[in-house]
Amino acid sequence: MWGKASILKEGHSLAPYSASVSVASAARPKVRIRGLRKVFRVRQRAVEALATVDLDVGSGEFVAIVGPSGCGKTTLLRILAGLETASDGEFSVERAAGRDLPLNSMVFQEQSIFPWMSVRDNVAFGLKARGVARRARYEAVLPMIRAIGLEGFEDALPHQLSGGMKQRVSLARAFANDPEILLMDEPFAALDEQTKLVMQAELLRIWEGASGRPGESATRKTVVYVTHSIDEAIVLADRVVVLSARPGRIKDQVDIAAIYARPRDVAAVRSSAPYGELFARIWRELRTEIAA
Amino acid sequence: MSAPARNASASVVSSWARPSRRTVERGLSILSPLVLLAIWEAGAIVGVVDTRFFPAPSTIFAALATLLQAGELQEHLLISLERIAVGFVLGAVPGIVLGLAIGLLPLVRAIVQPLVDATFPIPKIALLPMVIMLFGIGEGSKYAIIAIAVVFLVLINTEAGVRNIERIYLDVGRNYGASRLMFFTDIALPGALPMIMAGLKLGMGVALIIIVSAEFVGARNGIGYLIWNSWNTFQVDRMYAGLMVIALLGFASALLLAALERVLVPWRSAVRI
Repeated sequence: MWGKASILKEGHSLAPYSASVSVASAARPKVRIRGLRKVFRVRQRAVEALATVDLDVGSGEFVAIVGPSGCGKTTLLRILAGLETASDGEFSVERAAGRDLPLNSMVFQEQSIFPWMSVRDNVAFGLKARGVARRARYEAVLPMIRAIGLEGFEDALPHQLSGGMKQRVSLARAFANDPEILLMDEPFAALDEQTKLVMQAELLRIWEGASGRPGESATRKTVVYVTHSIDEAIVLADRVVVLSARPGRIKDQVDIAAIYARPRDVAAVRSSAPYGELFARIWRELRTEIAA
Repeated sequence: MSAPARNASASVVSSWARPSRRTVERGLSILSPLVLLAIWEAGAIVGVVDTRFFPAPSTIFAALATLLQAGELQEHLLISLERIAVGFVLGAVPGIVLGLAIGLLPLVRAIVQPLVDATFPIPKIALLPMVIMLFGIGEGSKYAIIAIAVVFLVLINTEAGVRNIERIYLDVGRNYGASRLMFFTDIALPGALPMIMAGLKLGMGVALIIIVSAEFVGARNGIGYLIWNSWNTFQVDRMYAGLMVIALLGFASALLLAALERVLVPWRSAVRI
């Protein structure tokens, strides 16, 4: 099927992903999803949003899920976030030994930071929910606020910030909560094109860099990232999972980590030779799913 | 004439000719009551207006001055303000707490909502005899009747405010594991604050209406008593002075609550500009 002359001659494989190939998920998977299904009831009619989904995400792996609109990718994420229940199947998240971290933190698509809280209080929201005292949590979020470029805006209210800065706060809130896994639902979809490019690079810098806390090992968080942008998926992820149209099921998996090393330069990825091939492959998979 | 000079003078002229829209609106707001008073005064002088029933504004202001000099007005005003303040707080605080609870907790809504729906349409002033029976003829019944009137408006608005909070904020609360208390203090209360402020404004208006009515029948002091007593003794100018004080109270309380809103809901007032 992929028999055409490939521009990826240096041993890069575009073969469908399998768990045994990927270094990231060679170990025990961080997230195990088995037979996950979601059926909505709309006026007595059953609408299947997600057909049976099986997926493993390795520890520290960045997985992007792409699919046509309404394919259930956001539903999948909301189930993982505990905001919706699955109709069938199960998933588990492997907890880090010896640490009591929250299971997951979600970065939402739309404006989700609280307009009545300062930047500092928004970023520290997860810590407050976990019972961390005010001074301790303000101290704890300081490096994160600095890392994400919001220094000097700690006391600002969201309406004083630009759209890009609001999403920075949203990212910082998730990272500062130090969860087992990060869930991101098209966090940059509402931003203008240029801001989006900047924020993608920022996300990678923060995520690849460290946990955002001084004195802690730079263990990368496991990320499940939902997007409808093929470009965004390739640029950010270690692996791209392609979902079919509703009901969503996994159609293909593309290993990106084997091609682009970390830390990654977003601009270099876009201008590299394999990028076009990857894009074309994912687009071929998606195109047949889109009824436009 | 050189070109730059002409430009400069043109810009001065245009800034005179076109004051900002805000200035115009403010000016009109001040002007409209003054124009009304002027027409009234002129009507009284010309004799179109029967001054036995509608004394000229100048006569009313004179009566107001006399009342002030005698210290009578301050006395009535102070006691009415105290009744309004105490009753308002006694109504607003439970209204906010109950409204939040009804908005957030389905169980509380199931219990309280039918009671609210059934009792809200009762004109609150009609409860005055019952309230006097329960709390006596003294200050207690005044506080209670105002509190009863205020609590409904604040409660209903607070509940609507909570229900209108964007779902996403509740999702964030759930995803980040916020406790039930945090849902109240960090999400529902600030999220509903714009609507709570609307409820407080309505409540303040109703408190003014209720206190005057209550003082008509069951008091020996207060602005309501001043109005009713002046009417009974046919001191019409004093009656109008009392009415004017009530009008000023309404105006002042609206300004006060608007200022409070700017402090408490800065993200909303910023949007309005």
